[in-house]
Amino acid sequence: MASLIFFYFAGVIIVTATLVVALRNPVFSALSLLVMFFHVAGLYVTLHAEFLAAIQIIVYAGAILVLYLFVVMLLNVKREDQYHRQGPVAVFLGLTLLAEVALVALSGEVPVAPLGPQGPLAAGSAVGNTESIGEVLYTTYLFPFEVASLILLVAMVGAVILSKKGILGSKSS
Amino acid sequence: MFETSLRLALTLTQIGVVMGIVLLTVAILTLLERKVLAWMQDRMGPMEVGPYGILQPVADGLKLFFKEDIIPAGANKLLFSLAPILSLVPALIGFAVIPFGPNISVEFFGVEFKPFVISDINIGILYILAFASIGAYGVILAGWSSNSKYSLLGGLRAAAQLISYELNVALSIVGVLLLAGTLSMVKIVEAQGGNWFFGIIPNWFAFALPFPQFVAFVVFYLASVAETNRLPFDLPEAESELVAGFFTEYSGMRFAFFFLAEYANMILVSCVAAVLFFGGWQAPWPFLQFHGSLEHLAWLSGIFWFTIKVYFFLFMFFWIRATLPRLRYDQLMRFGWKVLLPIALGNVVVTSIMAYIFPNS
Repeated sequence: MASLIFFYFAGVIIVTATLVVALRNPVFSALSLLVMFFHVAGLYVTLHAEFLAAIQIIVYAGAILVLYLFVVMLLNVKREDQYHRQGPVAVFLGLTLLAEVALVALSGEVPVAPLGPQGPLAAGSAVGNTESIGEVLYTTYLFPFEVASLILLVAMVGAVILSKKGILGSKSS
Repeated sequence: MFETSLRLALTLTQIGVVMGIVLLTVAILTLLERKVLAWMQDRMGPMEVGPYGILQPVADGLKLFFKEDIIPAGANKLLFSLAPILSLVPALIGFAVIPFGPNISVEFFGVEFKPFVISDINIGILYILAFASIGAYGVILAGWSSNSKYSLLGGLRAAAQLISYELNVALSIVGVLLLAGTLSMVKIVEAQGGNWFFGIIPNWFAFALPFPQFVAFVVFYLASVAETNRLPFDLPEAESELVAGFFTEYSGMRFAFFFLAEYANMILVSCVAAVLFFGGWQAPWPFLQFHGSLEHLAWLSGIFWFTIKVYFFLFMFFWIRATLPRLRYDQLMRFGWKVLLPIALGNVVVTSIMAYIFPNS
């Protein structure tokens, strides 16, 4: 049963992820991305990572994808050639990556993880997923976490500077 | 097998009852809104259908049901039909984690179930936020698929507005989560029992020590008014500028879906405000609920207080609507980003410091 659910989610994720780049209408691309986000969140739920699932939907589906749709609607791109003749390169790179993954998977050197919660979060099912993520994030992974927030700060400062460029320039002249 | 099917039947009954009550409340609200607005403007409101117009919602519903369903020629048919559903479903799905009454278990033919809590998941409030953010797609897609400039402008405004104010909603509840130490709606309500200051002030998070979240509640409420596209933040459907905004081209039942979604969202937001900031089903003072020999009826007073709180917040929606004029678009953005957001952030900082200095008080 568990593997059946996993293969359903995995299959839908692959199909919708392909549709995101294959569909001609950018709005439909965004919608298949939305379906994909939901199925990724579903995978998180099967791994008992409810917190991650909710955050996945709030951040990606609720904020980032809405911004994408906003831009798509603002530019009102109806139908465009999105590939820009990148097809052969994409196929080449994709096949290379697929071959690599297949080689690694078939070599048996990387053990295939069984379904279900793993690692430091597996013990967390008793404490609650949110608490265990917080614990791990603020102890073991404190430094990467802080670096990530610094990167986001830099991006925010950059966006503010870009949008305020004209105002600053006119004041100094 | 029998137990599983009985459990399923019980849960489905619960869902059905909650859906029924929500839709009934929507019907009441449509009448109440017109009546309250009318009284505030010294008018009578609807008076024709039934005594004092109380059957007006039935007439409105029948009218919408029998109206012709029109799909504009240039519209994208699939998305045009999908948008109302995408708008209504997230609004209704959020009620699954709202605790309507005390968290008591009742045994029914050997199956334990909680009559007033459909589901107590450990990420309850995040679940509501997640589906509230999905509701934006209905509005945006409706605007885009209608192939009309007014709809498109309404959809664009909705996208910008919902993203801006979602942030404020999420940040304003962080203080409550810090004090409660949980994301579960039931546990948040249970953390708000009792009174302080010689038993005068209820321990609801809006007034509770170590740091009252009343300012956070004001931010939450204003941002929620904006999220539900209600006046004075109803720019996505501003009738003086955009005809009707994102649902200009909709008619009949599809229009009714948007209408239902808006009112269901109002009820959901009021429920969340009652649960997070005003103690959910908790009575303000212990003597105002059934106690002692009537302890087994405590659920009745719990539901009573929850209903009172929810209806008060719903009334505030109408009150604000009757009082304030619509904001201009740049004012809306400035208010969200330069007023509400700093207040919400400041509240998080102060609450964390106070919760650190006075833990568990």
